[in-house]
Amino acid sequence: MRNENSSHQGGSFYQRDRGWHPPAFTPEYKTSVLRSPKNALLSLGNTLSEMTGPVFGHNMLGPLDNDLILNYVQTGEPIGPRIIVHGQVLDEDARPVRGALVEFWQANAGGRYRHKKETYLAAIDPNFGGCGRTITDDEGRYWFRTIKPGPYPWPNGVNDWRPAHIHFSVFGHAFAQRLITQMYFEGDPMIWQCPIVMGIPSREAVERLVAALDRESTLPMDTMAYKFDIVLRGRRSTLFENRMEGN
Amino acid sequence: MVQSLRRLKESPSQTAGPYVHIGATPNFSGIEGIYPHDLGSQPLSPEAKGERIVVTGRIFDGSGTPIKDALVEIWQADAQGLYPSAGEHRGKADPHFAGWFRQPVDGTTGVYRFETVKPGVVPYFDGRPMAPHITFWIVARGINIGLHTRLYFGDEDKANAADPILGRIEHRVRVPTLIATRSDEAGLPVYTFDIRLQGEGETVFFDI
Repeated sequence: MRNENSSHQGGSFYQRDRGWHPPAFTPEYKTSVLRSPKNALLSLGNTLSEMTGPVFGHNMLGPLDNDLILNYVQTGEPIGPRIIVHGQVLDEDARPVRGALVEFWQANAGGRYRHKKETYLAAIDPNFGGCGRTITDDEGRYWFRTIKPGPYPWPNGVNDWRPAHIHFSVFGHAFAQRLITQMYFEGDPMIWQCPIVMGIPSREAVERLVAALDRESTLPMDTMAYKFDIVLRGRRSTLFENRMEGN
Repeated sequence: MVQSLRRLKESPSQTAGPYVHIGATPNFSGIEGIYPHDLGSQPLSPEAKGERIVVTGRIFDGSGTPIKDALVEIWQADAQGLYPSAGEHRGKADPHFAGWFRQPVDGTTGVYRFETVKPGVVPYFDGRPMAPHITFWIVARGINIGLHTRLYFGDEDKANAADPILGRIEHRVRVPTLIATRSDEAGLPVYTFDIRLQGEGETVFFDI
């Protein structure tokens, strides 16, 4: 990896703002009730075990890994609105996070996942698998092409629906930065009715997960575009930090 | 007004949901032909150095029911105590050891199982040795933000007693929640590490 990449170096990571993220216990999202630890988390600070993380090279990627329109074609292309999703992976100091593995998965245009536990009656699309991945470039940018996913009902309340969304899994440069989140779409009123989204304490934080329609990045007569930036934890520079070399 | 620090806020976490397997382990979930194999599922290289071990267990919810839809990632040092990471500046880690594995728990039994090598000793930030340990990261439906914990080894009493992290746990009754018990299976050490999300014996989770 590149030594000039500032976010590969430096000290410990900024404390995670637990009041910004959804808490573990969000009773409107029923499954969280029995899956939320009740004890306080033990503050560990960062050791090498948290300040390091796995490295993924571009050579692991197949040519269609970032193209969900083509990566599961069986008889033709999948049905639904064609979109490009792109953005930058940054740290909290707005520095690009290079070489970050970004994985994504989603339902098809009808809101149906290709999964054996999924029971929604919307049709499976024979040509849509629903997963992809990419690695950010030197400016922390990523992009992929897909079909815009549909909303779907889920067993929580008797009549709860998820807003259209794409799941994201992101690896930064350290295990302390590991993050899974979801991207929503600008203008969707269902975002504000979703018990999973509303577990996030502030409207300001929810808005960080709403991708903007990006007309300038559309392909005319071809594909719409949404821009979704992702922010991972930032880390201290080593100014005056009283730590052993290499820690 | 003062100058702005111009910092951004971390993207808020959201649950991995019930279909995390589609993204993380598509072949496991029956979506074949997109990736040659599921990332993190490849077996340990025969060339990796170190003692072969098995790490296994289940994850229980607050009712004592094993969770059957979780995804588990582990991250650990190699047998020499070096991390195969760009953030490792003390030396070069074993090139045949990735240090990172990922698996879904079994959909029927809830059991996870990793075959790996026993990690070496890694220093704490003040230079004291930490006892050998494996970092765990658990996500699932109903978990709003990934849970970090550590596995320590039940046959490392002396090292565990001197470990600076275990030593910081005020409620000593909770320390055993981080210690895997050893048994042997066909000559291979098997460490069982059950994780309890809530209730009696709730595992210690970390804010890292």
